Amino acid sequence: MAVRARDLLPRSSEERLTLADYEGCGPRWCTGCGDLGILTAVQRLLRDEQLPLEKVVFVSGIGCSSRFPHYMGTYGFHGLHGRALPIAEGIKMRRPDLHVFVNTGDGDCCSIGAAHWLHATRYNMNMTVMMHDNNIYGLTKKQVSPTSPIGTRSSTTPRGSDLEAFDPLIATLGMSNLSFVAQVADWIPELLYKVISLAFHHRGFSFIRILQRCPEFLPDHFEPWVQDPDRMQILTHEDGVQLSSALSSVYRHQEEHDPSDLIKAREIAATSERMPVGILYRNPDAPCYEDLRRPKQLFTPAMIGAGLEKELDKFTIWPTD
Amino acid sequence: MPARKQSVQRTPVSKPAMAIDEHVVEILSDSGEGAQKCGQSFASISARMGKGIWTVEIIPAEIQPPARSIEGASGNRIRVAGYPVANGGDQADLVVAFNEQVLLGRLRANELKPGSIILLEDKWRTSIDTAIADSYNRVYEDLVAQGFCVYEIPMEVECLKLVSDPRRGKNMFVLGLLCSLYSLDIQLAREQIQFIFGKKGELVVTANRRLLEAGWAWAEKNLDFKYKIPATPAKEANIVVNGNMALGLGIMASGMEVCAMYPITPATSVSHYLSDVFEKVGGVVHQAEDEIAACAFAIGSSYAGKCAVTITSGPGYSLKQECIGLAVMAEIPLVVINVQRGGPSTGQPTKAEQGDLLMSIFGSHGDAPKVVMAASDIEDCFFSVITARKIAETFNTVVVLLSDASLATAQQPFARPQFSEEWLAPPVDQSPVGDEDMPYDWDDRTGQSHRFIPGQPNGMHTLTGLAHDRTSSVAYDLGINKEAIHHRSLKLAALQKTLKTPPVFGDDEGKLLVIGWGSTKGAIQEAVARVRADGHSVSSVHLRFLQPMASGIKEILQRFDRVLAVENNWADDMEDAMIDEDNCRYSGLAWILRARYLVDVVCWGEVGEQPIKPGTVERVIRRQLDNKHQEY
Repeated sequence: MAVRARDLLPRSSEERLTLADYEGCGPRWCTGCGDLGILTAVQRLLRDEQLPLEKVVFVSGIGCSSRFPHYMGTYGFHGLHGRALPIAEGIKMRRPDLHVFVNTGDGDCCSIGAAHWLHATRYNMNMTVMMHDNNIYGLTKKQVSPTSPIGTRSSTTPRGSDLEAFDPLIATLGMSNLSFVAQVADWIPELLYKVISLAFHHRGFSFIRILQRCPEFLPDHFEPWVQDPDRMQILTHEDGVQLSSALSSVYRHQEEHDPSDLIKAREIAATSERMPVGILYRNPDAPCYEDLRRPKQLFTPAMIGAGLEKELDKFTIWPTD
Repeated sequence: MPARKQSVQRTPVSKPAMAIDEHVVEILSDSGEGAQKCGQSFASISARMGKGIWTVEIIPAEIQPPARSIEGASGNRIRVAGYPVANGGDQADLVVAFNEQVLLGRLRANELKPGSIILLEDKWRTSIDTAIADSYNRVYEDLVAQGFCVYEIPMEVECLKLVSDPRRGKNMFVLGLLCSLYSLDIQLAREQIQFIFGKKGELVVTANRRLLEAGWAWAEKNLDFKYKIPATPAKEANIVVNGNMALGLGIMASGMEVCAMYPITPATSVSHYLSDVFEKVGGVVHQAEDEIAACAFAIGSSYAGKCAVTITSGPGYSLKQECIGLAVMAEIPLVVINVQRGGPSTGQPTKAEQGDLLMSIFGSHGDAPKVVMAASDIEDCFFSVITARKIAETFNTVVVLLSDASLATAQQPFARPQFSEEWLAPPVDQSPVGDEDMPYDWDDRTGQSHRFIPGQPNGMHTLTGLAHDRTSSVAYDLGINKEAIHHRSLKLAALQKTLKTPPVFGDDEGKLLVIGWGSTKGAIQEAVARVRADGHSVSSVHLRFLQPMASGIKEILQRFDRVLAVENNWADDMEDAMIDEDNCRYSGLAWILRARYLVDVVCWGEVGEQPIKPGTVERVIRRQLDNKHQEY
């Protein structure tokens, strides 16, 4: 196997990785898809953090959002519908050196993979999870999703959907061992980058619901919020999201919210008239499952052998002389 | 035989121990009265003395089934012999029952030898509940009338002399009784009690030792018979564990670090054991939120370089099928252990069956070739895990290891394994990948490729369950998926070239060949040995690899006039008026053999809830020998 000498040397500052290094194959999402903005923000973040390409794994399920790993220049695992999180957990369990990102959609996360998502919140393994929520199934062509508002006309609800939408924020804020919950929208690039960056720097299970436009199947769905910034509520904090002066003049409804206040976070998620954007909850002290279950020491083959022998001793009938 | 042995105090009778070759002993109680612990201890002590043993657990479906009920019978069957045994034997020679109800189910299932000895707790005879007393008396009279040799034992009365709660203690009294009846070493029994109860403190150990000694003394004084089964003390160290413990030890020995599971009977006890000890060798048991997550978690771990195992039983295996297909497609090593139980659906969680063979071989949609192997005895459970991990990592594929409820709880001594560092997985490869290398650079001869593991510089690619090419890019062009399927299929062929032809038990050619796989090996070989002893031309062969199958099997089949597959799963009976060649549903292995070798394999299957008995197989073989002109 050919080994390049430069791979064995520490990278010098002159060899900074560029955006191009973080790009995979060209994205095949529709023109105007909100996923493109998420991809750009993530590639920028990785470039800014100079994460070694080989130390990053993007894990996804199935759906439009889950094509994400193919468009990154890192390692990727494009798995099964709904199962991105348990696969990501398995990767992280014995490889804490890897940066794990998960891209999932509203169907992938809140429907077929809902159980995994709730339990992943509780395991609290250190990874960044982006839930691309466009309120509709895209790849299978416009079926109602759990997060579709009541009355949504889709291929499977031609006369409008019957059920109240599922609220991912309220659901996740109800879980135990909660670590990080945020919401952001694809059409505010500055905040998108900032929130993903905060999630990445948080040690634990960092869950971001990203409101994501689907120009193909629900073209006008998020337009009221895109067009009218007054319908958005920005959650700010000195140790969280802070708006630039330019953005501050557009988004006038800002609320100082302490992300350690879980009761307040639940109140915002449940009662806010406006669309909250920012960090709802953050607890840097929630224990991570991979830390709790990590071996206390390194085990050499000889130690494994000795451990096995000790076990065998318990069940051994020794020969009598 | 005297009809009823009054439990009166006598001076010790002089009773020379009757020498016997072997006995099948059953101990039955309500759930929670400890008959299983008593049976396992009896087996362990016998094994330590050098006798051959095989144990079978008798398990009720519920945790606390109604007391004194037929379905609540809980206990253990122990076959003790003066030679190694590989199955639980036929009908029982001696049964200890804590009440008459737990006995009834075993009687109806024809598990007791005619005229066998029954040791029955007698407290029910004088129960103030007249319904209970009536039931007891009725069953007692009935047993006597049927010719059973019933001894009434005042278990509760005797235990009350030593402890306040005889429900916790009667089992050790019975153990003492059995030690006397089978001339076992009482000192070994005391050590066994120390081993079981040591963690609970000296008081508990002492109380149980007294009960043991009381049972022994009572039998010495009051029972007028005694047996002695010869023993051949082992020249080498042996270990005594059940099949699930052997799987757990095998996982530790295989170098796998991650076991992801979800609770399911009868597989779970593997994880119980592992949860206790795996961390001592750096491993971790992850109890996932469901079966699918457990499999996906294992796949994630394997993908990141730490080959993992997921353990389940039938329903859980069904749920994992999609994940298994992903591991096949993406060529991620994975070991899946399926401890089979009665099916379909929820079926019979605690009962033995081999109904998952075809689903293991052909399961998951599309063409998903995977390796399927089956453990045939306890020792095999241990070594098969080590082999499975090696094959999984050598060929980057899924290896399904089948065991079943029969092996799960059966105990049999085998030579203590000698640990070898070669059993362990190699360190995770983190070396840089060459510029020309591709993640699926399939070898055109063997289908193998060298996968890239996260952390390897220059190996970045996105692994996908979508059809993909050699660079792991999504295949949009015609023909690429075919190329990938071809190479994944080739891997099985390459593995197949390394498999050894299984040995024939008996002569290499003859009239009838019995063929089986998995836990039925002991029963089949014993049955074959019995009919061979009568001069019949019968042999058997047992398969370890079901997919792929070793070379040379066809030649073996062709050297016999007739081939009979014997399995613990469903097979239509050709003698059924409705069944003919056009609609016959063969047993699992028979389907495979007929398809692969074009041999007219006859099959017999049983879904009888119990492990197949040698006597049953013997009858099936004799019937085949009688029907030699019948065409199938």
